[in-house]
Amino acid sequence: MYPSRFRYEAPRSLDEAIGMLHNGGDYAKVLAGGQSLVPLMKLRFASPELVVDINNVPGLDYHRADPDGTLHVGALCRHVDLEHSELLKTYQPTMAAAAPLIADPIVRNRGTLVGSLCHADPQGDWASVVMALGGSIVAQGPGGRRAIPIAGFVTGPFQNVLEPDEIAVEAVIPAAKGMRAGGYLKLERRVGDFATVGVAVAVETAGESVTRAGIALTGVGGSTIDASAAADALVGRPLTAESIGRAADLAAEAARPRTDHRGSAEYKRHMVRTFVTRILGRIEPAQERAA
Amino acid sequence: MTQALDEIKIGGLGASRKRVEDDRFIRGKGNYTDDITLPGMLHMEILRSPLAHARIKSIDASKAWDIPGVHLVLTGEMMATRNLAWMPTLSYDTQAVLATDKVRFQGQEVACVIADDPYIAKDACEAIDVDYEPLPVIVNPKQSVADGAPVIRDDKENQPDNVIYTWEVGDAAGTDRAFEQADKVSRLQLHYPRSHPSPIECCGSIADFNRATSKLTVYMTTQAPHIIRAAVALVAELPEHMIRIISPDIGGGFGNKVPVYPGYVCSILASILLECPVKWIEDKTGNLISTGFARDVYLDGEMALRNDGKILGVRMRCDADHGAFFSDAQPSKFKLGLIHSAFAAYDIPVAHLMARGTYTNKAPGGVAYRCSFRVTEAMFFQERMVQAAADDLGMDQAEFRRMNFVRDDDFPHRTPLGFLTDSGQYGKCLDVALEAVGYENFRKQQQEARAKGRLLGLGISTMTEPLGAGNSREYDILGIKMFDSAELKVHMTGKAIVRTGARGQGQGHETTWAQIVAHELGIPAEDIVVEEGDTDTAPFGMGTYASRSTPVAGAAVAMVSRKIRAKARKLAAHLLEVSEEDIEWELGRFYVRSAPDRGVTIQECAMAAYSNMPDGMEPGLENTAYYDPPNLTWPFAVYIVTVEVDPATGVWDVLTTVAVDDCGVRINPMIVEGQIMGGLTEAYAMANMQFITFDAEGNCIGSNYMDYLLPTAWETPGFELHSEVVTPCPHHPIGAKGIGECAAVGGPAAFVNAVIDALSGTGVRNIDMPLLPDRVWEAITYHRDISGAPPVRTDD
Amino acid sequence: MTVVYEDLGDEAGEAVPIRRIRFSINGKKMVAEVEPRLLLSHLIRRGLGLTGTHMGCDTTNCGACTVQVDGRPVKSCTMLAVQVDGREITTVEGLATASELHPLQEGFKEEHGLQCGFCTPGMMMAAKALLDENPDPTEEDVRWALSGNLCRCTGYQNIVKSVLWAAAKLRSESAG
Repeated sequence: MYPSRFRYEAPRSLDEAIGMLHNGGDYAKVLAGGQSLVPLMKLRFASPELVVDINNVPGLDYHRADPDGTLHVGALCRHVDLEHSELLKTYQPTMAAAAPLIADPIVRNRGTLVGSLCHADPQGDWASVVMALGGSIVAQGPGGRRAIPIAGFVTGPFQNVLEPDEIAVEAVIPAAKGMRAGGYLKLERRVGDFATVGVAVAVETAGESVTRAGIALTGVGGSTIDASAAADALVGRPLTAESIGRAADLAAEAARPRTDHRGSAEYKRHMVRTFVTRILGRIEPAQERAA
Repeated sequence: MTQALDEIKIGGLGASRKRVEDDRFIRGKGNYTDDITLPGMLHMEILRSPLAHARIKSIDASKAWDIPGVHLVLTGEMMATRNLAWMPTLSYDTQAVLATDKVRFQGQEVACVIADDPYIAKDACEAIDVDYEPLPVIVNPKQSVADGAPVIRDDKENQPDNVIYTWEVGDAAGTDRAFEQADKVSRLQLHYPRSHPSPIECCGSIADFNRATSKLTVYMTTQAPHIIRAAVALVAELPEHMIRIISPDIGGGFGNKVPVYPGYVCSILASILLECPVKWIEDKTGNLISTGFARDVYLDGEMALRNDGKILGVRMRCDADHGAFFSDAQPSKFKLGLIHSAFAAYDIPVAHLMARGTYTNKAPGGVAYRCSFRVTEAMFFQERMVQAAADDLGMDQAEFRRMNFVRDDDFPHRTPLGFLTDSGQYGKCLDVALEAVGYENFRKQQQEARAKGRLLGLGISTMTEPLGAGNSREYDILGIKMFDSAELKVHMTGKAIVRTGARGQGQGHETTWAQIVAHELGIPAEDIVVEEGDTDTAPFGMGTYASRSTPVAGAAVAMVSRKIRAKARKLAAHLLEVSEEDIEWELGRFYVRSAPDRGVTIQECAMAAYSNMPDGMEPGLENTAYYDPPNLTWPFAVYIVTVEVDPATGVWDVLTTVAVDDCGVRINPMIVEGQIMGGLTEAYAMANMQFITFDAEGNCIGSNYMDYLLPTAWETPGFELHSEVVTPCPHHPIGAKGIGECAAVGGPAAFVNAVIDALSGTGVRNIDMPLLPDRVWEAITYHRDISGAPPVRTDD
Repeated sequence: MTVVYEDLGDEAGEAVPIRRIRFSINGKKMVAEVEPRLLLSHLIRRGLGLTGTHMGCDTTNCGACTVQVDGRPVKSCTMLAVQVDGREITTVEGLATASELHPLQEGFKEEHGLQCGFCTPGMMMAAKALLDENPDPTEEDVRWALSGNLCRCTGYQNIVKSVLWAAAKLRSESAG
């Protein structure tokens, strides 16, 4: 319950923060929401020497859409802002479905989406959502900004590709070309539980056909699983019971679950299949949605 | 014309009086152990073993000692030089305070550090180097008794294996004969998983040894301060009168805060050595991984049945997993508590129970977690067996129970395993419950739903259980009889103070004991203050757990009030200048029978006790009563739960929960209902999500709140409570029976039976608790029973 | 005020980083000098002596430590004390005025929403955040808002009733 000793800085600008990370030595961590980092530090699973708190950096607590629909989520946008967002409820069904399922209502007041992605917990919900949407992280360092697609962002449990002196400043969800539909289902035993199985599905349709699809899985492998074969099987055709069934089977195959106290591998695969089917099955035909 | 006071208005029996305790809690002004700061106080943290079974080759604490702010590092070796490395348990075993030769469960206490603040103490714990040599691990009783199993308690003489005891109750030969006569034998095997009371507040103590006065004061999260005082006197070899145990506000007990834990002992020794107060507050991991677990018993049960549904006999074989040290807090005569109270609600001619306890590499115990010493296991086994038997016979669940109930006119009733139940109207309670849940209608809905592929289920649990341990002939803990006490002092202006030997942790004693006094003496409850928990001032009692306080301490409150009233009657006669035989009593007032307008209030009597006594009478109006209960009290309950199970996921939702509780006279109906709802929630939790398990290496899964699951307000269902049936306890002074744990005892089977009922037709007879979605799905999909016993399944 | 502590030598002193923070607690402005690793809950309980905020777990689950920071509920065990520099903290001790209890406090007493009292301050602070935003919640809204706070005693049913009681009282107070 008591973290080890560390130095602490509270910069007031991104440049200041980056400078501190650059000069900060071997083991520095960025503190945003703190709802993942502080618990780890309390259990001494993480003992950084320097903590750089970016909560006083102005202008990072936004989420907004460009005119073309590209969504930008700032580093200090809290889960609760996304949970209450009319923008998300109208235009981002997969994200809107996931936001209320993150942790619990009090933790959602502090935790951030970008922080969650950087934390790279294999059981993190947002990672599947952003992967299904084909999103990316924008990182800023001493040399400027760069965009990192989410698929290559995580290199292992709790490890990402950010340089020690880079800060993730926003997540970007690319504009949709068709009508968005989708959802996120999470098997949790109680509010605040990690997902035993979580499934994010994001599709875009034009007319009857699916023009783009993404399916990503939480909790059924050492990291978030991009069930791309399952998603690809949906593209270029209407959503039918048959195509949904095929996608569900492929998603279950892509899963790499372990048998543990949360259930057998077989059960978890079955739940992947069930969740994919349910999410896709709830998508109404195009005409009804447009109406 | 009566001038008796309105009992409800003055807060007597039956008044849903708002709680006195609330005033400080809602302001954040509670006084819990961790809220207390003493001058010069230091802080203690414990270093725990990461391994479940290992030899300790060496401990190097030198780096810990070097950290600025560290005052003392204690190891088992240091404790051993003071004969404190081991301590006796409440079950006549011994338990390690700090490990010396081996560690025997993951999380066992290995060393502790006392420092200026807990952050530094934690730093120092991390700096202690322990060299372990791993040993093979045992995580269930089958492994304990397997050939070649390592002996866990090789510290004990005459302990060649891992068996602690075998115990037998009932009539083996008679039961065998009954089974020979049976038309059908119904058999069920299951595991009541390891659980933990897990109050939100963890355990802790502040030990303060004053060298100048030689007095040791310990603030402690304890439900039984007097037992602790005696234990400390034994273990620390300090004179009992120089020990003061103060139990301040407690943030929930549920049995977790009854045993003596190594942390308490270490903080006491540290205080003595350092001559200053030492505070130890454990964290949740320490609490879950090392303190009194509950349950973890395996059942193999058989019921001999006649074709018409009559139960002819019952056989139970129970295997109890006690972890590394046998430290059950329970009456000494019964090795597995009151597990033989199973089937007390049914009129069964003969029964036989055999129990065996074994050591494993897990936390020691178990405690009575919101139960009267293993009664949770007894009633769960009972109602699961009853469900299976009714199904095996093809009989209706409700009618099978009803026809076997003990009849209303059959009390007191001797059970085949040796208990005497006191009173009840079991059939009426069942009627109320069936009507409330709409039984007939539900069965129709269930059938229609099944035709559409929806799985609805209904589960019943009916039971009577023994509360209020207990009579001195049969009940004692470490030889100390289980009476309880109350001291009542009425001041000259008629206000009063009551102290008892109980120690509430949320049950509302400060509110309810005053109500009993109000009932007996007519003094308004708001004029009575209640205190508990300080061994220097409270009369001797055995504490609050196992729902024993209303039955025993509450009875003592009534009895001491009657002693006061008897003396007040003499004072009244003196004031009214008549003889005692001419005096009548009505609530709050004595009056002259032949001239009812001539009377004196209880307050006037009180004043007289200090200012106008008759010749020869001792002044004052104060007294004490010690109550040795003649018997246990036997509340009865019917719990009915309806659920819907999603066959695709195994997730089940509760539709309705109906509870009919007959606990005799209810002192404060609002508080009684609060207790029932709390118990139902724990029942739901145990049935749905809450348990501790282990992998093959003895790693504890369930040692923090991410893994040990407690339901939130979102998952927890709503409850419909019924109080129509009131059968007073014939031997309790105010007719009350215990109630605090009933729903936790009887509830789990109702939830489990409902899910099993939803699955009827699949051939599934049992799924071990908790009925997690993956277990339910596997049962439905493969038509097989699901066991939850450790070790956890893995891919290998 | 005078602070006295043991002199552990210059080396020991330099190893411990200290930061000065300014914040307001229940309306009162304070300054503190704290180690960065000090948890907010410990600042509140030990530094300020406000023990109404409780600690019940070590994995940010139980919510007994819930307070408000700049008007939003947070689990104070999962925030560093240094993070409240320049911010306003409200704890359970700040709910009542000098003369009156907050309707939530009254509601918990009226509807028997507490037994051991340990989760109660956290529950009330979480409930306050709900009522600040939604003065007319349904039972479902209340259960959802409190799903980050654990209780072992009450079974939640009376806690929900307590919050709804308070909501009704607050609505009638603002209407009247």
